Amino acid sequence: MEYCAPETLAEVCAALSNADGPVRVLAGGTDLLARFASGMPRPSMLVDIKKLAPARVIRQLPDGSFEIGAACPGIHIRADKLLGKYWPGLSEAMDLIGSVQIQGRATLGGNLCNASPAADAVPALIAARAHCRIVSVAGQREVPVEEVIISPGRTCLRQDEFIVSFILPARASRSADAYLRMTPRTEMDIAIAGVAVNLTLDDSGVITDSHVALGAVGPVPVFAVAASRILLGSSLDEEVLQRFRRQVSVMCRPISDKRSTAEYRTDVTAVLAARAARIAYDRAAADIAS
Amino acid sequence: MTKKSAAIGNEAPGMAPTIIGTRPVRPDGIDKVTGRARFGADVNLPGSLVGAVFRSPHAHARILNIDISKAQALPGVKAIITAEDLPVISEDMALINNQPPDFRDLSANVLARGKVLYEGHAIAAIAAIDEQTAHQALLLIDVEYAVLQHVVDLHQAMEPDAPLLHEHLITKGITPAPKKPSNIASRYEQVHGDVEAGFAGADIVISEEFTTQPVHQAYIEPHACMAQVAADGQTDIWCSSQGQFMVRAYCARLLDMPLSKIRVIPLEIGGGFGGKTTVYLEPLAVLLARKSGKPVRMQMNRSEVFKATGPTSGTFISLKIGARKDGTLVAAQGILCYQAGAFPGSPVRLGCMTAFAPYNIPNVKLIGYDVVVNRPKSAAYRAPGAPMASFAAECLIDMLAQKLEMDPVALRLLNAADDGTQTAYGVTFKHIGYRQTLEAARQHPHYSAPLGPNQGRGVASGFWFNIGGPSSAAININEDGTAVVTTGNPDIGGSRAAMAMMAAETLGIPYDRVQVLIGNTNAVSYSDLTGGSRVTFAVGMAVTQAAQAVIEDMKRRAALLWSVEPAEVEWLTGNAVLVAEQKQLSLADIAGQAARTGGPIAAQANINAQGAGPGFATHICDVEVDPETGHVKVLRYTAVQDVGKAIHPSYVEGQMQGGVAQGIGWALNEAYLYDENGRMLNPGFLDYRVPVASDLPMIDTVLVEVPNPRHPFGVKGVGEVPIIPPLGAVANAVARATGVRLFDLPMSPPSVHKAIKKAARRRR
Ligand SMILES: Cc1cc2nc3c(=O)[nH]c(=O)nc-3n(C[C@H](O)[C@H](O)[C@H](O)COP(=O)(O)OP(=O)(O)OC[C@H]3O[C@@H](n4cnc5c(N)ncnc54)[C@H](O)[C@@H]3O)c2cc1C
Repeated sequence: MEYCAPETLAEVCAALSNADGPVRVLAGGTDLLARFASGMPRPSMLVDIKKLAPARVIRQLPDGSFEIGAACPGIHIRADKLLGKYWPGLSEAMDLIGSVQIQGRATLGGNLCNASPAADAVPALIAARAHCRIVSVAGQREVPVEEVIISPGRTCLRQDEFIVSFILPARASRSADAYLRMTPRTEMDIAIAGVAVNLTLDDSGVITDSHVALGAVGPVPVFAVAASRILLGSSLDEEVLQRFRRQVSVMCRPISDKRSTAEYRTDVTAVLAARAARIAYDRAAADIAS
Repeated sequence: MTKKSAAIGNEAPGMAPTIIGTRPVRPDGIDKVTGRARFGADVNLPGSLVGAVFRSPHAHARILNIDISKAQALPGVKAIITAEDLPVISEDMALINNQPPDFRDLSANVLARGKVLYEGHAIAAIAAIDEQTAHQALLLIDVEYAVLQHVVDLHQAMEPDAPLLHEHLITKGITPAPKKPSNIASRYEQVHGDVEAGFAGADIVISEEFTTQPVHQAYIEPHACMAQVAADGQTDIWCSSQGQFMVRAYCARLLDMPLSKIRVIPLEIGGGFGGKTTVYLEPLAVLLARKSGKPVRMQMNRSEVFKATGPTSGTFISLKIGARKDGTLVAAQGILCYQAGAFPGSPVRLGCMTAFAPYNIPNVKLIGYDVVVNRPKSAAYRAPGAPMASFAAECLIDMLAQKLEMDPVALRLLNAADDGTQTAYGVTFKHIGYRQTLEAARQHPHYSAPLGPNQGRGVASGFWFNIGGPSSAAININEDGTAVVTTGNPDIGGSRAAMAMMAAETLGIPYDRVQVLIGNTNAVSYSDLTGGSRVTFAVGMAVTQAAQAVIEDMKRRAALLWSVEPAEVEWLTGNAVLVAEQKQLSLADIAGQAARTGGPIAAQANINAQGAGPGFATHICDVEVDPETGHVKVLRYTAVQDVGKAIHPSYVEGQMQGGVAQGIGWALNEAYLYDENGRMLNPGFLDYRVPVASDLPMIDTVLVEVPNPRHPFGVKGVGEVPIIPPLGAVANAVARATGVRLFDLPMSPPSVHKAIKKAARRRR
């Protein structure tokens, strides 16, 4: 297995397309190295993108949108106060991954491209309506995050492509997101259920925009459009929340496995969805007050 | 609220100890935090090979054929062994001093003979030039199996038509002996008083059934060793274990070698908790080293540790208690079934003995069954057998308190065992501090702190015997008056510090003038292994006696230098003193002139330590249960324990906190998961969930000190009791937080959620 750590986009693209034999992108390695250790065949070339400057930026663009480098470690994402102010849910979701040690390495790009249904940051990215900038020698394309994972462990990326960064859309005022997950342990665990909710309110506290994504309750993260619609036009009163919970339950298609029964996953997802909606709503409403 | 105990054991009467009870830095601390300390896998010898074990993929199968020819032909493979290479152990060689283990079973456990009894059961081992070659060779071993029906479930294993693990296993302890073999290895009965009469006099009877899951000791360091065999057969084993003499004795018996041919060099141990009181890799490494003529290093990975080394037993316990209206316990009765794993020998007897030991109950009858199942052979785990039995008993006591609307501590105080109480297993207690732990718990601010919604407080107590046993210590005095203490016991919990402190206190020299070594089996006299909470008590006693012998010698030598009678010389804080003439010589002065008084100064104490003091603890646990998800958060935890005398309070507290952390894991999340073929689904720390630091609150400790008069400083064992009460304390807290009682461990979020849902449906 060969290893390279190019410093320019062109070099990364070249390394990915010129390799003869399987090639893999290495970001933090917290998924990849663990897989190698448990017997996954090694590629002939490992392309480390941690030295690539455009994959390491976190910045707000003039139109208010954010760009987050796909190879930024969690610890930098969490430390970015401005990002945390606009996207508290995403920031929290990333922060939940692993432990302090893992946070020093784990990245958003790796979390998405590992393509696990239980990845914590992915529902938050989906609910945020994030797009990823995918680059290769052939050029660049932008793809909404919910289209990247096609089945457990598989993404829509070609072998010569990689994600350089994520774009989070400009934020309307009075909007906020939240992410909650269920794990038996407080950390170093894999979500049995995860829910991200992203809401925008009008001046009177009525929800005008709503996005919900669910983790660990299907083969890929679930973009729960039907559930999010229920919240539109409401002020999150009890009756709406009940309907929302029911719709979330309907949209869960979990499996029973060693981590949980399907029934528990479904029940807990509905509970977390209502709680995450409440948190996102209160955060957005606090924006009204300010 | 650490009580000051009277100074005992200090040479000068009336003098308070100056070192015992303080908190100096441990001697092994710097090496451990800087990475210099050498653990099981850290020994390198030139030309050494790497060993690897071929393990059964089946839970239960007959081995029809083992073909090693392809593996043998792989370049770089230097030796392969199977059970054929192990001597057959005859019946009269099966036991040493009539004590377990049964070496026929141990032999069949380290390398399967004819049959594999659990997934991960070792079948063959390979030594090769490097790890890659060894693992490649494993893939070339070809074993033909006849797969048999397996049984991992305790209840199913006890059914008359269950698949049999051992075709000749006849239940012991039943007369007349059953004619048919079964998976029930033995029956144990413990009778005290007359339970029928006892229950007849009860106003309230509570009876319930409980299950607990096998749990692993989860030491961080996997088993590892290195073996080297010289041309004359002289064998060296470097390994991390709980006892170098145990490793020597077990390997000698398994390999039919004289003890004198084996030297075991102990390395640092990264946790054992009872799980390293037996051997797995060591005999294989010796055989491979012998066969290849090269040193062989072996190391398990975490999956092998889970699949092939001992957890403690999973259990089914059915218990009943009877009490009078005022809360006085009058009778207890029950059946305890413990999984032994693939070979007989669960700690069910100890479960029966400890279950109700904290209480003065006149009538107790408990029956224990030791049951084999297709799982790894169980091994000791901190207070073997006690936590599960105590979980059941302490839940019943709590239910009784709820029924009687009595304070759970008051109910325990009413029934507490005292000095003079005769236990159900026969012994009469002396110098115990159980009642004191209850009083301290009741007075602790935690016990009266307010609780919020969905929160509950649980209380539970626990008892453990603690032991003494054969122990050795040697002290050498250097020319500059520093001392070197050598013992034969691996330091698992800070025992080097405790030994140095007791030696320094006795000799009257500063702590940092004492060095502690852990000797190899040729360098120090025999000592029982580190276990049973015995080292600070028993080996500490040997160290103190050796120090006293040094003092006697010092006085004699001072007398020689002064030309007076030894009886005229006194020993005061590290100095020989001739009071009449106001002369004194320090230990260093005498050591410096040792040549003039007979040569080097040293002493040794070899004892069979008697008089271990039993340990009692009472724990208070607050939890908050999320009623919608079933998630249990431990909010606050206080462990109160009678420790006799804390030599080094920090390490005593560490023992208590560690035991509580393990007990909380046992109560809330730890479990082995198997698929339908009896293969373990979670052989790693991701899905075998021991608590992480953020799962636990700061665990508060209260040291109650009721000294043990049989020990020079009052020590009782402290290492095991703290794992006993947490199971009951957490369960009782959950029951009080939710109004729903769970009888099965672990109380993981899905199971708590289910129980709450079920109870809500019932209420509707
Ligand atoms: C102890 C531990 C705890 C963990 N806890 C959690 C947790 O709580 N929640 C959670 O969701 N995950 C958890 N994980 C998994 C892992 O840490 C995360 O998924 C992390 O975000 C992966 O990022 P990485 O940079 O380390 O990925 P890597 O291991 O570097 O890569 C993962 C995969 O993505 C590909 N890849 C990486 N970056 C790119 C890119 N820019 N473009 C294209 N392909 C790319 C790689 O080729 C590889 O296939 C844990 C892992 C460990 C070891």
